[in-house]
Amino acid sequence: MAQPLERQQAKPHLAEEWVGKVYTLLCIAFLILTIFSLVYFVASKGLSTFFVNGVNVIDLLTGLKWAPEGEPRLFGALPFIFGSFSTSLLAAAIAAPLGFCASVFMVEIAPKFGRQYLQPVIELLAGIPSVVYGFVGLSVIVPFFRDVFPGQGVGIAAGAVVLSIMILPTITTIATDALAALPKGLKEGSYALGATRWQTIYRIVLPTTLPALMTGIVLGIARAFGEALAVQMVIGNAPHIPRSLFESASTLTSAITLSMGNTAMGTVANNALWSLALILMLMTFVFVFIVRWLERRSKI
Amino acid sequence: MPAFYNMNCQEKNKELEGELYEMKKTVMMLMVLALTVVLAACGQNNNSGGASPSPESSAPESSAPASESPAAELSGSLLATGSSALLPLVEQASKKFMDIHKGVSIQVQAGGSGTGLTQVSEGQSDIGNSDVFAEEKLDAAKAAELVDHQVAVVGMAAVVNPNVSVDSLTKQQLVDIFTGKVTNWKDLGGEDQKIQIINRPSSSGTRATFETYALGQKSEDLQGSIQEDSSGTVRKLVGETPGAIGYLALSYLDESIKVLKYDGVEATVENVANGTYPVWAYEHMYTKGEPSELAKAFLDFMLTDEIQNNDVVELGYIPANKMEIKRDVNGTITK
Amino acid sequence: MSAKTANKIATSVIVAVSGLIVLVLAGLLGYILVRGLGHISFDFLTSAPETIRRGGGIGPQLFNSVFLLFLTMIITIPLGLGAGIYMSEYAPANKVTNGIRLIVEVLSSVPSIIVGLFGLLVLVNLFGFGFSLFAGALALTVFNLPLMVRITEQGLRSVPREQKEASLALGLSKWKTITSVMLPIAMPVILTGTILAAGRVFGEAAALLFTAGMSSPRLDFSDWNPFSPFSPLNPFRPAETLAVHIWKINSEGLAPDAKEIAAGASAVLVITVLAFNFAARWLGRYLYRRFTAIK
Repeated sequence: MAQPLERQQAKPHLAEEWVGKVYTLLCIAFLILTIFSLVYFVASKGLSTFFVNGVNVIDLLTGLKWAPEGEPRLFGALPFIFGSFSTSLLAAAIAAPLGFCASVFMVEIAPKFGRQYLQPVIELLAGIPSVVYGFVGLSVIVPFFRDVFPGQGVGIAAGAVVLSIMILPTITTIATDALAALPKGLKEGSYALGATRWQTIYRIVLPTTLPALMTGIVLGIARAFGEALAVQMVIGNAPHIPRSLFESASTLTSAITLSMGNTAMGTVANNALWSLALILMLMTFVFVFIVRWLERRSKI
Repeated sequence: MPAFYNMNCQEKNKELEGELYEMKKTVMMLMVLALTVVLAACGQNNNSGGASPSPESSAPESSAPASESPAAELSGSLLATGSSALLPLVEQASKKFMDIHKGVSIQVQAGGSGTGLTQVSEGQSDIGNSDVFAEEKLDAAKAAELVDHQVAVVGMAAVVNPNVSVDSLTKQQLVDIFTGKVTNWKDLGGEDQKIQIINRPSSSGTRATFETYALGQKSEDLQGSIQEDSSGTVRKLVGETPGAIGYLALSYLDESIKVLKYDGVEATVENVANGTYPVWAYEHMYTKGEPSELAKAFLDFMLTDEIQNNDVVELGYIPANKMEIKRDVNGTITK
Repeated sequence: MSAKTANKIATSVIVAVSGLIVLVLAGLLGYILVRGLGHISFDFLTSAPETIRRGGGIGPQLFNSVFLLFLTMIITIPLGLGAGIYMSEYAPANKVTNGIRLIVEVLSSVPSIIVGLFGLLVLVNLFGFGFSLFAGALALTVFNLPLMVRITEQGLRSVPREQKEASLALGLSKWKTITSVMLPIAMPVILTGTILAAGRVFGEAAALLFTAGMSSPRLDFSDWNPFSPFSPLNPFRPAETLAVHIWKINSEGLAPDAKEIAAGASAVLVITVLAFNFAARWLGRYLYRRFTAIK
């Protein structure tokens, strides 16, 4: 940008300039070091289940029975993987239409009222700590589901409802930004042709902003996927693939929080939990790449 | 995000210079502060070297009060990590201990039995608190290095939702429930109500105790059963869920749930102590090798009447010295 | 169905859904506050928790939360500012920079429980910090740092280019330009973002379960020497924060009034986080007005 200028002026301030450069470089180096050591440590622990304890990777990914302390020890993590995917996808399925409606309301229908009241409200939802969500979920949603639906109230449905409220702000904020960034001419053209507001939204706004909306949804899913405490409190934690939405189930995170403190490090039961953490981390990376891919598409 | 990205403040720049300078100063001060804390941290870390008694703080012997003869000689610091169930007891005892021995500092941390055993085995903490025998969690070689100190006993009872009419279950009936052979209370003499199991995760020490001494075999992770690690959540769910059954340590029993007899024997402190009620476990405090002088003094203190008859009872445990029977890791009972 | 009817139906659905969201939040906040506010008193906020008796407070937990936040921020802010400045001002536009940006993005989406486990393994066990405030603060730094970097970058990018160039043209070095001209202008954005990030730290529990611990030793509030083991300021003591306390008391609470304490503590936590939110908003607006002289 201002390269030539800088070159002329830098000389009297070389020392200062050097300090600044080194300092910021150290900061970024620290950040990179952190992420690499994080990946390294989680991976080395998680992989030791396979290399040190000799558990088969395929068995872990496809096995249906989880009994790390049983005879024989079984490490089938499929129920957890299934639980994580189903809760977070269901949560996104609930939150996405809600978030889309809220952002349309804020951008297209009542911008002034929306920006002034609805947006702060939704941002507040993002600020509420996850333990509080879990607390409310356990004392309101679980008893409600127990009374209304067959089953014990806990399960994927309860987890998904709690998560959907938690990820609503993520989805809404990104959708709102995308809608607001749409070129005005596009909408005005549609209105000028006599289209109603809904036709404009449905035929013009939705298709053009779709990649951005998807970005928001994937980010929401990623957050739901990694959420631990709130889900663990309401899902029931049985290590099985449930037969209904209202039957006790488990996620990767709930299995980790439930047993991590109870197992001693270095034992196979503990290493297996680190393998779950590794799966969780790899899934996070996958989500980041999907988001990147979507972002590249939405730029075109 | 707020919409002030594009703000243009060129015109106002001069008036703001003062303010900006202030802000810069604040930023710098924060940086300096951070550095100070980091340095302080490094310095502090070098000083806190486990349980090694520091020589300079040993008080002159003449000033020792007569009542606590060895007291004034003790100094140094101890770190006890592990079981959250044992935490309240160790914490209370450590406060009393520190009141007597001013030069001593004891830190008690919770993180689960497994964490406690790991840390004591690897030398990061001096004492590892555990709900289970070390042999059940650690490899045999590592467990052999640890010395067991049993400081209290905890009894456990099967509990059901208050609306369940059954009062007592036999061992076989419990096995049938927890392995899924019986799924309705009417088969056990109750009303026509589905049994909802509230179990613990397979890594839980409470579950291991219940399986070993109440069921005599492993239970199954049944489809549809609920698993909670924490006693409070188990109590809440058993109290709320119709037809629910779970198990709790005696200290968590209250009126929101109904306590079952085991083979007709009531779960009381007396019955546990005299050996008629079999579902109980020791609370362990492990040290690596023989305890240091300070750790030994504290562990001895845990077994004094002052702790055993007051804090242990108060917190719902059963005093170790009240037990008329002993049991080893294999479940062999001796009088 | 005519286009007009469809339009009407769609509009009313959208309005209804937006209303529903407001209702859900109102219900949520109402539920937490109504159940919790009755239990909040000066005594509750300052006294120590009780294990089995009634009437325990949340004093040490509240202090721990604030102190942990403070520790986290004094580690995060200098590092995050530095890294953010590098990314927006020094980093050359090449593949390496893109790679770093990707890394920051990855780090920001790592679930907090993974950060907690990493903290348990590396900070608590390997480095031997034990369950301590310091380990907790470092763990929180790990997932706050990417946020801080992004905020700083965003703030610096909002600085008008002319201003930066004017400063360079006057002969100021690049570093001087950044610290004396650009950072102050970017301050409103950075400050608002930082406060929002602080709110996140305040409510975090999953990462702290494994790093700062679930126990709170007796604190001696007359001892302010950071090196004494019972001083509240000692960063190497285990510390249970408010959010962790809610988790613990919900699950393990033995006290007869555990439910009320959990409700009261939840209300305190939510109020604090809301206060952070409003403070960020207010400060953002205030600084914006001061800097732009819009009355």
